[in-house]
Amino acid sequence: MNKKLSQKIAFMIFRILGIMVVGILFWILGFIIYNGIEVISWEFIFSSPSEGMTEGGIFPAIVGTLSLVMGSMIFAFPLGVMSAIYTNEYAGNSWIVRFIRVMTNNLGSIPSIVFGLFGMALFVNTLGFGDSILAGSLTLGLLVLPLVIRTTEEALKAVPNSYRIGSLALGASKLQTIRKVVLPAAFPNITTGLILSIGRVSGETAPILFTVAAYFLPKLPNGIFDQVMALPYHLYVIVTSGTDIEASRPMAYGTALVLIAIVLIMNILAMIIRGHFNKKLKTN
Amino acid sequence: MKKIKRILERIVESILTVSGAVTSIAILLIIVFLFKEGLGLFNSPSVEKGYSLYVNSKNPVDQLSTIDTKQIFDSELTNWKELGGGNQEIKIFRFDELFNLYSEEELGEEYSLIPEKLGEIIINNPNIVAYLPDEYAPTDVQGVKVLASKNISLIDFFGGKQWMPTSTPSPLFGVLPLILGTLLVSIIAILIALPLGLGVAIYLSELAGERTRKLMKPTIELLAGIPSVVYGFFGLVVLVPIVQNIFGLSVGETAFTGSLILAIMALPTIITVAEDAMRNTPRDMREASLALGASQWQTIYKVVIPYSASGISAAVVLGIGRAIGETMAVLMVTGNAAVMPHSLFESVRTIPATIAAELGEAPAHGPHYQALFLLGCILFIITMIISITAEVISKKQPNKGV
Repeated sequence: MNKKLSQKIAFMIFRILGIMVVGILFWILGFIIYNGIEVISWEFIFSSPSEGMTEGGIFPAIVGTLSLVMGSMIFAFPLGVMSAIYTNEYAGNSWIVRFIRVMTNNLGSIPSIVFGLFGMALFVNTLGFGDSILAGSLTLGLLVLPLVIRTTEEALKAVPNSYRIGSLALGASKLQTIRKVVLPAAFPNITTGLILSIGRVSGETAPILFTVAAYFLPKLPNGIFDQVMALPYHLYVIVTSGTDIEASRPMAYGTALVLIAIVLIMNILAMIIRGHFNKKLKTN
Repeated sequence: MKKIKRILERIVESILTVSGAVTSIAILLIIVFLFKEGLGLFNSPSVEKGYSLYVNSKNPVDQLSTIDTKQIFDSELTNWKELGGGNQEIKIFRFDELFNLYSEEELGEEYSLIPEKLGEIIINNPNIVAYLPDEYAPTDVQGVKVLASKNISLIDFFGGKQWMPTSTPSPLFGVLPLILGTLLVSIIAILIALPLGLGVAIYLSELAGERTRKLMKPTIELLAGIPSVVYGFFGLVVLVPIVQNIFGLSVGETAFTGSLILAIMALPTIITVAEDAMRNTPRDMREASLALGASQWQTIYKVVIPYSASGISAAVVLGIGRAIGETMAVLMVTGNAAVMPHSLFESVRTIPATIAAELGEAPAHGPHYQALFLLGCILFIITMIISITAEVISKKQPNKGV
């Protein structure tokens, strides 16, 4: 009797906690969507901020974030995929691989602000890129490298070994096997890594504070050595240090909504691709 | 033809090998650059660069510590006796005051007479301490001596209770309030997140049906995907007023608010890691327990939880790691007063928030800049220790992956 009662109470609590966590997500999302949706318009998305960032839109920030996403992916995606191919296909299970994995994990656990410091010291000051898209992209690229490596490794692991053996048995070299058999099979899952990284990069603020982000810069960048505005930094600025914080609140809600939309769409897209193609790999 | 192909393959393979090392190289570079800048702080004089303190050579005091200097210029120390000198009131002289005493002409062409005049002032005032730029310093004048300025020491940095990086003439880089602030906010956050996260992990791994799981896992992933600046925004406009009203505070930007938002942010980490550990409990163990007549709940807390204890501790450690390194959200909701934390309901400042808030204004390669890099080093070391600890702990789980 007592046993049953305590079980009932405990399970009830766990259920409530489960609902609470989902509730928190919907609370945050709902709050931002509810307040932000009325701000969103073509004008908001395609015009520059004006009147001390209380009017106008966020176009330069969107362009800035897009250029940072592109820059960081050009750098991090090939490098991460190659690194994962090496650890998963070549290195076997030696101590080197274990060491590399530990290092990748460690790199992934470094706080983003430390990446910001590092990017400032190396890219901005030592290499002399200044506050620029280049410096910001490299810093962000480094930050998402572990994510790209981890997802690519998982994708490669999901490819059945029989694929590789079959290809090798047909006389293909190891590299040919990887290029023609393993990579195509793993490709959809590798793209989830790319997509998740895009989501992550678009939301990061701390690494770009001192490497690229501009407080207010209505003109669009001309090249990789220009500063840009970026969505997350723009949100931070109008929330905490705008000229008229109350008047720029609607702008803040709108910016938060655009930011969250980008991040969530990327995450959901990755989930869908993963779910879809894992089924396919299994049925093969 | 075949030969060329083989050479090409070799090249590609060696590129792959090199890229395998990329994360290790990145960590190495981070260590080199962080520590190179950060450790420079201990070679910086405690007085602002380009300036020195001068006294009359009859003054027996030869050296001032950073704190003494600060207290003198804040008029908290007013007598040389307290510093081991004669019983004389301390007279502070700042460079600007020179222009009140002398007209432009008296200072000579291109100010060439300034050192001489400064020397006169110091000789005539045995109780003076003058804060002067090295450029015009009366170094050759008899009767004037430079106060040897000690370099900033490890004790100043790690033992100092005051973080005042912009105070002149000697900035204070006492990191204690920042470290305590960071620990306070993170630990309270974990205390809030742990019961919640564990509960959800138990629910997901033991109770929920396949369909609920399939819905809840992505939800938790999405929670992890929300950018920290959005959490900060949410915290600022929603949680801050709530905390302020519930606890009747004059400002809602407190350590507790920071802990709340960090707790939400650490939840996904805790839930995922703890749930993985619980699901790894072998089926036979559960069934044995149930066969002995234990209820499902008894099985959970007597078998599953003890069995996955190491995984759960890893979840806690990783959660703390996430909380300690978090920057933007904390920066936006804790109020950022760099003082020793006394209560949960006061404003505090964490290490990452300090870096984010101050690096933009710190002149490159100055002591302030270096101090912020040193903070980065501390953060780096803490998170390294945490990530290695988590790895070691989670390896301890018996038969992982059964």
